[in-house]
Amino acid sequence: MACLAASRFNESDNMSTAQDTAPIAAANPATAKSVLNVQLIASLVSLALLLVVPMFMKNFFVFQLTLILSYAIAILSLNILTGASGQFSLGHSAFFAVGAYAAGIMMEHANIPYPIAIPIAGLICFVVGFLFGFPALRLKGVYLALATFALAVAAPPLFKLGTFEHYTGGVQGLLITKPDAPFGLPISQDRFVYYLTLSIALIIYVLSVNLLNSRSGRALMAIRDNEIAASSMGVDLALYKTLAFGVSAGFTGIGGALSAIAVAYVAPDAYTVNFAISLFLGMVIGGVGWLPGSLFGAAFIVLVPNLAEHVSKGLSQAVFGVFVIAVIFLLPNGARQLVYYVYAQAKKLAR
Amino acid sequence: MNVELFTNQVLSGIATGAIYACMALAVVMIYEAIDHLNFAQGEMAMFSTFIAWQFMQWGVPYWGAFALSVVLSLGAGIAIERTLFRPLGHASILVHIAGFIALFAIINSFAGLIWDFTIKPFPTPFGSTPLFGGVISSHQAGMIAVTLGLLVLLYGFFRFTRVGLAMRAAATLPDSARLVGVNVGWMIALGWGLAAAIGAIAGIMIAPVIFLEPNMMGGVLLYGFVGAVLGGLSSPGGAVAGGFMVGVLENLAGTYIPYVGNELKLPIALAMIILVLVFKPNGLFGRVQVQRV
Repeated sequence: MACLAASRFNESDNMSTAQDTAPIAAANPATAKSVLNVQLIASLVSLALLLVVPMFMKNFFVFQLTLILSYAIAILSLNILTGASGQFSLGHSAFFAVGAYAAGIMMEHANIPYPIAIPIAGLICFVVGFLFGFPALRLKGVYLALATFALAVAAPPLFKLGTFEHYTGGVQGLLITKPDAPFGLPISQDRFVYYLTLSIALIIYVLSVNLLNSRSGRALMAIRDNEIAASSMGVDLALYKTLAFGVSAGFTGIGGALSAIAVAYVAPDAYTVNFAISLFLGMVIGGVGWLPGSLFGAAFIVLVPNLAEHVSKGLSQAVFGVFVIAVIFLLPNGARQLVYYVYAQAKKLAR
Repeated sequence: MNVELFTNQVLSGIATGAIYACMALAVVMIYEAIDHLNFAQGEMAMFSTFIAWQFMQWGVPYWGAFALSVVLSLGAGIAIERTLFRPLGHASILVHIAGFIALFAIINSFAGLIWDFTIKPFPTPFGSTPLFGGVISSHQAGMIAVTLGLLVLLYGFFRFTRVGLAMRAAATLPDSARLVGVNVGWMIALGWGLAAAIGAIAGIMIAPVIFLEPNMMGGVLLYGFVGAVLGGLSSPGGAVAGGFMVGVLENLAGTYIPYVGNELKLPIALAMIILVLVFKPNGLFGRVQVQRV
């Protein structure tokens, strides 16, 4: 079954984005409408599930869902960077951490309310990412990977540094007050944070889809496919590549801010290299360049380690590794492949 | 500036640098063969070191255990390529990297299960008498000698043997190599095997210094990567030089830049290296890659 799906996939470009279904459908007017409908129905159903299900779950599960959503935001922005502009990052944990700390410090030390602190945290990360994009311009492939990796390695010790201890809380970290639901809504804090995260995640998703469909998005994909060709067509390489870094870091920072609020705590050791690697795995497992896959990827990196722990305590790492290998063997294009396969089967049945 | 302090720091930097150089050499080997950085390489080296340790526990003498572990690692490297990475074939680089990460987790976890996470001392054939007024030990000197010897051997292998030539051909121009009758698939597998064997030697040399345990390689591999990238991934000699440079840089940063404790040594070394890369994007000794338009 997987082989079938794989062969279907190899015909098209591995790294195409979610939006490429639209042009394909347009070429074949008979199916155009049904493709759109199925996509629309699928997204509406998942949205409805995300909206309704948490109402009937225990707070702990709601909390886990919030974490998944905030990781999904980070994976989505990694997808914008890698899937669209073809740059590579193993350092997104650092941007996530900057967002988390920025929001935490603003909320705790400056008493700035969260609706203002979250976008400012995103803005700060945008600037940091944009600036990091400049040295990254000179680097490609493994060299860029190493540079971003260095960022991930450097982040936790920097946040532990004694000099900033007054603000960051040093090794101990920083406690954050969880916001109450506004207007006296009768829902728990965890549920409120969940719905807050969900709505911000939706906004970011819509923004990203529009970004990738816009002139800028096409410029990014042109850079990904062939830099020299893109620049000869008048795409400003330096501008778009640094912007991609900035936007990606900015969204990741918002994800970080939301996760910090959900956990009510930021600590330097939560944002190590391991977390950066998890985000990377999430992107590959969701399907590189397919934005909805970010949710699958985030669910994988949150839930599968727990599952592996249940299978075997001593070998939980190994079980996790086996799961990852199973996924990349059966679905080298990630969850996208599975969804497309199911969709193709459904279409056959409907016929 | 205190000259004695400076020389001491440089010498002890060279001693730690030897560890990184060993690992960097293994990293470059596999990069030449498969064009990717193997994140699981450190764990593979750790496992090989444990195998050598196990043989010694069973009463095999040091050099016997050493040889057995190297040969077994060569076989295991080839086996891993054949079973795990060959089937992945032309999947994107990102998928391969996910595979490396999975391999990392699996090997680390199994080593922990078999030999548990307690720290074990590892013997050295070179003794540990202090040399040069206690700056480096005879083991560290021996380790440097082994690294340099390995480098000469590899140079000879790649430069003067048919297999070495075929491996270089398969790595640089796989299609053309195939056309002149090189079995590219097996050359890649052999590259994995060689990298695993070098990793085994590196692990056995390093273990007496940092002690044997499943997580021993985490930091070392990172420094190895950094050394390899600094020297240029296409040049084994550059990688060794890069490894030594990282060791020295790290030590000097810790000594002379204020506020740098142990925690910040690594980030500072990394920052310096990024600075180098910004000016020399292919590393200090790497081939400049020319792209045809």
